[in-house]
Amino acid sequence: MGRTREMQGQTEPLDFSAIREDFPILSQSIGGRPLVYLDNAATTQKPRTVIDRIMQFYCEENASVHRGFHRLSELATEAFENARKSVQHFINAPDPTGVIFVRGTTEAINLVAQSYGKAHVGPMDEIVISAMEHHSNIVPWQRLCQESKATLRVIPITGRGEIVLSEYEQILNNRTKMVSIAHVSNVLGTINPVQEMVRLAHCRGIPVLIDGAQAVGHLAVDVKTLGCDFYAFSGHKMLGPTGIGVLYVSASRLEQLEPYQSGGFMIHSVTFEKTEYGAPPYRFEAGTPNVAGAVGLDAAIQYINRLGIERIAARDQELLEHGTNLLSCVHGVRLIGEAGQKAATISFVMDGVHPHDLAAYLAHLGIAIRAGHHCCQPLMARLGIPGTARASMAVYNTFGELEVLAAALEEVSKSLT
Amino acid sequence: MISDFSTLYPEVVFAHTRNPRNFLALDHAITAEGNSPLCGDQLVVYLKLDRGVVTRLTFLGSCCAIATASASIMTACVEGKTVPETEALFERFRRLLAGDEDTPADDLGELEAFRCLRDHPQRVSCALLPWHTLLEAVSKATTTDI
Repeated sequence: MGRTREMQGQTEPLDFSAIREDFPILSQSIGGRPLVYLDNAATTQKPRTVIDRIMQFYCEENASVHRGFHRLSELATEAFENARKSVQHFINAPDPTGVIFVRGTTEAINLVAQSYGKAHVGPMDEIVISAMEHHSNIVPWQRLCQESKATLRVIPITGRGEIVLSEYEQILNNRTKMVSIAHVSNVLGTINPVQEMVRLAHCRGIPVLIDGAQAVGHLAVDVKTLGCDFYAFSGHKMLGPTGIGVLYVSASRLEQLEPYQSGGFMIHSVTFEKTEYGAPPYRFEAGTPNVAGAVGLDAAIQYINRLGIERIAARDQELLEHGTNLLSCVHGVRLIGEAGQKAATISFVMDGVHPHDLAAYLAHLGIAIRAGHHCCQPLMARLGIPGTARASMAVYNTFGELEVLAAALEEVSKSLT
Repeated sequence: MISDFSTLYPEVVFAHTRNPRNFLALDHAITAEGNSPLCGDQLVVYLKLDRGVVTRLTFLGSCCAIATASASIMTACVEGKTVPETEALFERFRRLLAGDEDTPADDLGELEAFRCLRDHPQRVSCALLPWHTLLEAVSKATTTDI
């Protein structure tokens, strides 16, 4: 079984050109040019093992989980619960009951805002987020604040795109009821000092949610070491399928979490007078879950474990360094986000060209990047720009692809002068 | 055929982007704000109406080439038109962008350039943004200015 981390820490180099062959979509051409896929912060591509595993599930195992007493239901239930255990080991959660399957990071954050927030946040209380959050880690808290008459406080960031811990500490007080912070910024690539931020919050008894959408699958995430109360992430940004994600909840907070959506599967017993809820994690998984998604996520975790998360993280750093060197040399290009600790995401602007037009031109060359505000309008306002172009890398990207991007940008730059 | 960045859109689009017409704020005008939640284009239109005729139309904003050029061309071609004429022109422009081949282009003038968006379908909303914003300004105005 590949659910342990036996492959981690291996030192022999990986053959990265062979990795590309694991991803069927990467071999295609766009308008006669090879696809250069650099939009991995939006969603990653899927290895054949993930695609095949989903197909196999539907061909051989599909049934409703936890309900039937027939053979297929047993197979499906086993596959679903094995996926939960895989996630548990992958993020080093102490127990599978703290691993709740959701649709993705957005649903995970909404679950905490609604189920924990509504019960524990009241008038005059404060929720703390940072200036670099994705809308999905702003709007659920904003709604909670409106409903609870609480206040949303925002940790400022520096021009380089970093949180200053002393400023963060000053915001925390005895009215703070939650800190919710991105592990890695989807725009700036900043890797936030989340472990220290958890420690500082816990000194004051404040729970912390970490939005790990951009972190899991790119760097080793250990929720026990981080000590966080909640950790949210999406399958599709870590080589897995769309529509499946995870909310990890620590054992102590699990007890304080009210049911989220209600319906079948999450109950112990129902009469018209009253309902007794089931035990976690099922209490939070109303309705027939995305079993194929969970099974596909399990396959993605196995794939990542085979490569080794430490080697993936090291590869990300090489790609980041090479990309940063190349793009910073292109005339008229300014990099946005220069934190000391960064993931393999490079945001940039080019003098005289709107990011959309840049992306439209690159698309014509077969280069897929993202342009716009990246669901971070408050961050764009803070940086004083309408949007950025963003190249975000994954383990299957190559130095050659970054060179293609840089050469295309160089061409654009020349055509403007 | 796109051979380099300068051929991504028709030259008329780039010309308006580099040098947008009527790119200024107006005092005592009816204003409306447009922004595209999808891509972050933002603009404000400033409209002056006199007895149902557009006497002056300007804009300011931070937009991509398509939205900027569309706003620039719009301000130039709407001036002097009545509100119903403006709405009719918008309808024809919208149909052109929707790929309606029956739309006669002979008198659409520079708006015709946006036929290029058939190669960039996701950018149609960028070209429409200035018009939607103008119509919002018009709707604000109709009770008092017409």
